[in-house]
Amino acid sequence: MAHASQDSYYIPHGSHWPFVGTIGLFTIMVGASIWLNGADVGPVIFALGFAVLFVMLFGWFGTVIRESESGIYNNDVDRSFRMGMGWFIFSEVMFFGCFFGALFYARGISIPWLGGDSNNFFTNALLWKDFTAIWPSNGPAAIGGAYETMGAWGIPALNTALLLTSGVTLTIAHHAIQAGHRKTLNIFLALTFILGFIFMGFQAYEYIHAYSELNLKLSTGIYGTTFYMLTGFHGLHVTLGAIMLLVVWLRCLRGHFKEDHHFAFEAVAWYWHFVDVVWLFLFIFVYWL
Amino acid sequence: MFNRLCTPLIAAICISLAAFAVAPEAYAAWDLDMPIGKSTLADEIMGLHHLILIVCTVICIGVFGFAFYTFLTCRRSKGAKAASFSHSTRAEIIWTIIPTVILIAMAIPSARTILKIEDTSGADISIKITGYQWKWSYDYLDEDMFFYSSIDAASSAAAQKNSGIDPATVKNYLRNVDKPMVVPVNKKIRILLTANDVIHSWWVPELYVKKDANPGFINEAWFEAKETGIYRGQCTELCGRGHGFMPIVVAVVTDDEYRQWLEGGLAWDQTKQELIAVNLFQADEPADQLAAL
Amino acid sequence: MTDQTAAHDHHGDHHDAPPSNFLDRWVFTTNHKDIGTLYLIFSLVMFFVGGTMALIIRAELFQPGLQFVEPQFFNSMTTVHALVMVFGAVMPAFVGLANWLIPMMVGAPDMALPRMNNWSFWLLVAAFTILVSTLFMPGGAPAGGWTLYPPLVLQTGDAFPFMVFAIHIMGASSIMGSINVIVTIMNMRAPGMTLMKMPMFVWTWLITAYLLIAVMPVLAGAVTMLLTDRYFGTSFFNAAGGGDPVLFQHVFWFFGHPEVYIMILPAFGVVSQIIPTFSRKPLFGYSSMVYATASIAFLSFIVWAHHMFTTGMPIAGQLFFMLATMLIAIPTAVKIFNWLSTMWKGELTFETPMLFSIAFVLLFTIGGFSGLMLAIAPADYQYHDTYFVVAHFHYVLVPGAVFTLMAAAYYWLPKWTGYMYNEKIGKLHFWCSAIFVNVLFFPQHFVGLAGMPRRIPDYPTQFADFNAISSVGAFLFGFSQLLFVAAIWSSVKGKQKATDQVWDGAKGLEWTLPSPAPYHSFNEPPHID
Ligand code: HEA
Ligand code: HEA
Ligand code: CUA
Ligand SMILES: [Cu+2]
Repeated sequence: MAHASQDSYYIPHGSHWPFVGTIGLFTIMVGASIWLNGADVGPVIFALGFAVLFVMLFGWFGTVIRESESGIYNNDVDRSFRMGMGWFIFSEVMFFGCFFGALFYARGISIPWLGGDSNNFFTNALLWKDFTAIWPSNGPAAIGGAYETMGAWGIPALNTALLLTSGVTLTIAHHAIQAGHRKTLNIFLALTFILGFIFMGFQAYEYIHAYSELNLKLSTGIYGTTFYMLTGFHGLHVTLGAIMLLVVWLRCLRGHFKEDHHFAFEAVAWYWHFVDVVWLFLFIFVYWL
Repeated sequence: MFNRLCTPLIAAICISLAAFAVAPEAYAAWDLDMPIGKSTLADEIMGLHHLILIVCTVICIGVFGFAFYTFLTCRRSKGAKAASFSHSTRAEIIWTIIPTVILIAMAIPSARTILKIEDTSGADISIKITGYQWKWSYDYLDEDMFFYSSIDAASSAAAQKNSGIDPATVKNYLRNVDKPMVVPVNKKIRILLTANDVIHSWWVPELYVKKDANPGFINEAWFEAKETGIYRGQCTELCGRGHGFMPIVVAVVTDDEYRQWLEGGLAWDQTKQELIAVNLFQADEPADQLAAL
Repeated sequence: MTDQTAAHDHHGDHHDAPPSNFLDRWVFTTNHKDIGTLYLIFSLVMFFVGGTMALIIRAELFQPGLQFVEPQFFNSMTTVHALVMVFGAVMPAFVGLANWLIPMMVGAPDMALPRMNNWSFWLLVAAFTILVSTLFMPGGAPAGGWTLYPPLVLQTGDAFPFMVFAIHIMGASSIMGSINVIVTIMNMRAPGMTLMKMPMFVWTWLITAYLLIAVMPVLAGAVTMLLTDRYFGTSFFNAAGGGDPVLFQHVFWFFGHPEVYIMILPAFGVVSQIIPTFSRKPLFGYSSMVYATASIAFLSFIVWAHHMFTTGMPIAGQLFFMLATMLIAIPTAVKIFNWLSTMWKGELTFETPMLFSIAFVLLFTIGGFSGLMLAIAPADYQYHDTYFVVAHFHYVLVPGAVFTLMAAAYYWLPKWTGYMYNEKIGKLHFWCSAIFVNVLFFPQHFVGLAGMPRRIPDYPTQFADFNAISSVGAFLFGFSQLLFVAAIWSSVKGKQKATDQVWDGAKGLEWTLPSPAPYHSFNEPPHID
């Protein structure tokens, strides 16, 4: 329960970073919108927004890191951060759940129904006569044309191994930070994000391969849609996670964190494990089965 | 002060409500309930509706009654003193179980009716209905009959913003079409619904049938009209600008008339709003009549 | 008065005073009370914005024929009215209450993550700036209904990406707000404040926050799919590519149904605070209230497709969702009966907050029962997408959620401002609201049953009379809300000082603080036994 420790809960007094962050996000969204609407200034405004957002991230995190290193965060504050991170990750789980839901719906409902299953006999008989329901599918109108699917046992399997290994190296780093073995920590943390970047490299290669040789595109019907949206959002998270690992690594090099006080490290580690688990589901349901 | 203000208001509302209650016949437009159904399933569905409505009303009266009794008797101005009890396991068990029983009792007939609604097998006639922005098309699958059905010209003209036409002067305002769907009475009609652009929904209240028309998929529904007549409905899924303006008219006729209509012997007269034998007109007259509207 | 001075000794240090600079106080603030105030003011403004749109709708529907607006603009009004009311008025108002009250109720100095708290608020403002500005864009504001069903919503003009991103931002805002609520409740409770001692308002918000974190990302996912379908050639909702427009409805309602409970559970909490106070009797069945709230939240995840009975779901799906939906009536029954039992054998007085709470219990029951009718799938085939549904959800939302917000405002205003509001204005506001809201929404049941579809700018003439009554009710109800503003003003610029206890039957930590409450609620954690 709260207030177990003697010192009081740190309440920051006023901060302009959230407001700056709002302006940044607002600008990004407006920029993206007018970009999508075809205006030439769109990308410029979009980039400007990102610049503001980066300033905010540096400023805000910088403040928090300074405060943290000066020791004003007691255990209660630390616990608040942890809980906050935990629930943030839960929200991410739901976000991915939504796209997995779309995948399962396509495989279990919409494709079979278009093929005449369940109460949709006439859907097939009157609208899509020549369509047979098999997965993978780009739909009865074969949107995007003939394509090949991505096999599971090439790069994806390799990527699975990479991510699983990175989970192990990260755990070793975690044990090292708790035991105060800074050198092991630095090495294994570096290994972790390097594995992450290699993963991303392979992923990029795979996308290029799919686009140029397999004719598998984002617009390749529901298969291409779910394939790219799921792996794409995952890839985005891996990238963010790897960057965060990199930042934490730099902080480790500077001697930040204590054996029992390293919230930022743990938060990023949780995030990384979450990204790892999502990949396992991707591997099973998108590539393999 | 507020008492002085509210009493006349409450009185006015009560009086007007009472007026509707005693003289519903006098105002055709003061319908308080679903229309009397004209299809085989209608009575059953309306029965369910009334059953649940009565259950709800009775419990509601109980809740309101108990509440007002409490307000009247347990108020400080009446010198009531607060008791201090804060739970009663027995009471709570009772008022968990009773609703459960009521709900189960409701669920059983409802489930039975769903099964009937969804049973489209053994249909006599199948009609594929397609929704467009903003009209319907009817395709009689076993006959050589396909046509579009749009809102009639009179409604459409009156429905323009500030048209200057009083809708009250337009017969069946927003509920009339240029060509109705025609079906025989006492036949099981299976409708196969789909859409060409966005989602629409096909509803005829008196036939108690409503189902969405989804682009790329076909939904099935059915009805069997028990009486001949003209039944009117509207699209019930928001489909853009013209959503309020894509009515449905079903003309239920005898078998003979249906045959006649299929062979081109009967046509829809927009002024009279009924099916009329074509040979009453000169060859090119129906078109002129349409134009005149 | 005497214990007020005692309390002031404790809290009167000068660092407790708010910053005097406007920017520091109201823009960069990390103080839960100031952020709470910002949220409440924002939601009041949004209530008037959304209400004005509702009045445009009702003006057009006053009589058949199109008098004031074009159909497309009418649809925009319906859509934006709902989005503004749901995401801009009701939800932020409850977040505002959470900000103000949760730290005071659990004995904490502030919210757990104060800077993020500030961010949640300003993101909301950004989101609504974007959303409201779509009204002025080529092609007009979104007009596909607040449910955003494709393919129709994909026909939106330039407003389309703005709408999607506005929803993303307000989702982010809600998620951060909920994380803050959960963390504050789980981590910042004063010693001795065990979970089962928490005030019901705190409990209901805790559960609501879980719901929010679970479903807001799903809404974000749903609108992301819309965005990629429109601009990047994906086929989520396109049958030709193997998708299904109905998939969107599943995803949307997986969010949407919990969403309606997000709007009502904190309302349940508010009422559970107020009714015991004015009954001078403890809340009846506290623990069953907690379990009922949790059950409602759990069930809310498995009933979503009751909005989709007519979409062509297989029979098994219809049966499952009908039964699951009906089950929700049971925990709700527990709540209603517990409130009635709390009042039973109490010592009732009828100040404005109590009046609004009572109206809530009774009128919510009406709305709940029409919900139960909608749950009966075969009957819903007739009710669906008619004004009967409109009547249902306005009964649970307006005399439901909105009335409790008003009750809450009257109840806690003296604690916030330090002055009593004008009880005469309050009572007048109540009676006008309670009467006119029925004039406004009750007739909609009748036109709905008689066959009037919703979301239409013009209607067949046989629906004219009830629509006219409803419109008159809308204007009377709407303008009665100006009395609310007057009542708030009477407390802000108050004459009569409030005591710390404010209401003689009030229990709970917030009433041990002075009125107005000090800038930081509890610097020293209070002790609870
Ligand atoms: C705060 C918001 C709120 C709340 C609390 C509810 C509560 C309920 N709603 Fe409602 N609903 C909406 C907001 C809400 N709804 C909205 C916004 C829509 C429309 C969205 C759109 O399409 O735009 C909607 C639509 C909607 C539909 C879809 C209708 C359609 O489109 O065809 C259905 C169908 O089942 C439904 C059912 C219910 C039920 C069963 C409850 C239950 O929770 C009610 C439980 C309460 C009671 C039952 C009363 C009290 C109980 C007793 C006194 C005990 C005794 C009871 C018994 C013996 C049974 N709602
Ligand atoms: C919390 C949610 C909420 C609230 C509070 C309200 C409040 C109101 N709603 Fe709304 N409504 C919805 C949620 C809500 N609604 C939803 C979800 C829909 C479905 C949308 C869809 O179909 O997609 C809907 C749809 C809807 C419709 C159906 C539209 C259609 O189908 O085309 C109607 C019609 O009567 C309506 C009316 C009203 C009215 C009259 C109020 C009144 O209670 C409002 C009263 C308040 C005021 C009137 C404000 C006071 C204003 C003044 C005093 C004016 C002063 C002006 C200035 C100072 C500028 N609403
Ligand atoms: Cu077609 Cu509404
Ligand atoms: Cu629902």
